[in-house]
Amino acid sequence: MPEKFDVIVVGAGPAGTSCALVCAQKGLNVLLIERGEYPGSKNVMGGVLYRKQMEELIPEFWKEAPLERPVIEQRFWMMDKESVVQFGYKGLEWGVEPYNNFTVLRAQFDQWFAKKAVEAGALLINETVVTECIVENGKVIGVRTDRPNGEVYADVVVLADGVNSLLSKQLGFHKEFRPDEVALTVMEVINLPKEKINDRFNLEDNQGCTIEIFGDSTKGNLGTAFLYTNKDSLNIGVGTTLSSMIKAKLKPYDLLDYLKTHPMVRPMLAGGESAEYLAHLIPEGGYRSVPKVAGNGVVVVGDAAQLVNAIHREGSNMAMHSGLLAAETVIEAKYRGDFSESSLNLYRQKLYDSFIIKDLEKYKDATHTFENNPQYFKEYVPMMNKAMSKFFTVDGTPKRDKQKEIMKSVTSERGTIKVIQDIYRAWKAVK
Amino acid sequence: MHIVVCVKQVPDTKIIKINPKTNTLDRRSAPAILNPYDAHAVQAAVSIREKTGGTISVLSMGPPQATAVIKKSIEIGADRGFLISDRAFAGADTLATSYALSKALEKINKEMPVDMIICGKHAIDGDTGQVGPGIARRMDIPPVTNVIEVSEVNLEEKTVLIKRKLSNGYELIQAELPCLLTVEKEINQIEYSPMPNMIKAARYEPVIWAVSDFENVDRSQLGLKGSPTIVGKMFTPPRPEGGKKIEGSVDEQVNQLMDILMEKKDVLTLQSSK
Repeated sequence: MPEKFDVIVVGAGPAGTSCALVCAQKGLNVLLIERGEYPGSKNVMGGVLYRKQMEELIPEFWKEAPLERPVIEQRFWMMDKESVVQFGYKGLEWGVEPYNNFTVLRAQFDQWFAKKAVEAGALLINETVVTECIVENGKVIGVRTDRPNGEVYADVVVLADGVNSLLSKQLGFHKEFRPDEVALTVMEVINLPKEKINDRFNLEDNQGCTIEIFGDSTKGNLGTAFLYTNKDSLNIGVGTTLSSMIKAKLKPYDLLDYLKTHPMVRPMLAGGESAEYLAHLIPEGGYRSVPKVAGNGVVVVGDAAQLVNAIHREGSNMAMHSGLLAAETVIEAKYRGDFSESSLNLYRQKLYDSFIIKDLEKYKDATHTFENNPQYFKEYVPMMNKAMSKFFTVDGTPKRDKQKEIMKSVTSERGTIKVIQDIYRAWKAVK
Repeated sequence: MHIVVCVKQVPDTKIIKINPKTNTLDRRSAPAILNPYDAHAVQAAVSIREKTGGTISVLSMGPPQATAVIKKSIEIGADRGFLISDRAFAGADTLATSYALSKALEKINKEMPVDMIICGKHAIDGDTGQVGPGIARRMDIPPVTNVIEVSEVNLEEKTVLIKRKLSNGYELIQAELPCLLTVEKEINQIEYSPMPNMIKAARYEPVIWAVSDFENVDRSQLGLKGSPTIVGKMFTPPRPEGGKKIEGSVDEQVNQLMDILMEKKDVLTLQSSK
């Protein structure tokens, strides 16, 4: 007779591991199934881990987790072909406890995090693919894996199987995501000696910097690029919505090569040695793409539930928090002995009351607005660069005349009414 | 039938880097895995157990994290595992390793008599192939190396039929039980482990023994002290340099190649010129 667990969690990423950890801490019998060779072996993100949601799961985790550098500086670049307008913030308060966020390498961090769940009592099984949910009388009662005698049963199955979530698709919770609901990101880890990183980014040991790059980094398409500092490597990557990539006939690897050889980026990478190449889909459909998240005997967490805030590059923190909320729900359901959809819908309620859905709701039109109005990336970024160049070039023209000239060139390029429309539209999308 | 399989945790030498200064393996650069030959040894034990029934125990020596290879062996189908782990074992060469393992085997044998010991042909980090035969010598049982098939186990007669790979063919032999086999990769294919094994392995806590758990141990034969092997020199063989590349159209390439071959004496000698 196959074993029955309290909870089966499918996928040992941030969402699944969080859920498994909290359930195991409360004494539930948890099985965590990962398809990769080890947790983290298949997981990709730019590399920023937020402190707050992680701390709720493991207090003072920074004392033992494999982290790269605490981020003390966040820069934003509006990049044109041969110029860049920069702004950002650097503060030493982010370099001391309790910190703000960290750069991490997921292959190491996820392994450590999953070990914490195992220490709490969860059973972790790697290299095993869950092929489908076992459904009986409209209720999910377990999962079928690709192994011989591969059925396992549980009161609740937590789907943390990532962006494509074939399992929640099997249950009819969502359709195949459209190309404008997902972004394709490619990235490289580039090894570079610590001293060089410190010099080039104006850092000391145990200080990190993140740069988000808009504009020419995606050849003006909807998306961003990033450059993050690890201890002795850099993460550089670029992503755009799949639909933009299709429309502009871009190849993701060409885009990354373009970024790496861009004159504004190239000197920061010089002499580095490519160590890893990674690519992944990111769910960026936002509020309107969030599928059904609870059913009879099943809940959906993390990327599988499309919980990513693309504007603020937040995802892993939302994944962890959704895992925590799912765990709380499962624990309460266990107490009530009721794993029906109406019982597990408490998770949906918790999710919609939390910052996760509130933030996604705030930006529900952002992706759509920027996707349908390419001028924000294609025209305004170069315009900003030209304006700054003009304003700071000392050529004997009075500053007031320069300002007039800049305004004139903006309105003549785009038209006064259009500029006002653009500003209003952008404000509406992110207000 | 009680089979003990000796397994070792090794760095994955397919991806390991070599420190160019010291010429030693940079163990942090590669994940630790179950020695591939040992995985075949466990699988061989599973196949024998399918016919004879009985128990498969695995035994390993190493740091505490070597419990991972015992769990991996449970996934393949072993029933239980023992790890001997102690600072006193550290720095052991093949002589000291076979001594330590034989002490553990004596202890296992006392509790449940051992009918067969199976080892991998060699470990991929050392490539010596000495520990298996070393154990057999110390236990005073016959060693059978390069095994590619175990065709028949007769528990009543206490015999086993074995096919060995030789450099110029095969050898079919009958050995007495208990004996020790070291197996080649050809002996089997590692099967995709069933789910119940995976769950059992995830839960399994191997028994860990220290030196103090053994009786009659001669400590001078353990670890670095008991290891007469001295590494004289280590070097990385130079990468073979690429040969000359012939480019151009097919005709040009053929002509160039012919020119080169004609220049070399005794490579192509035209019959008529003789």
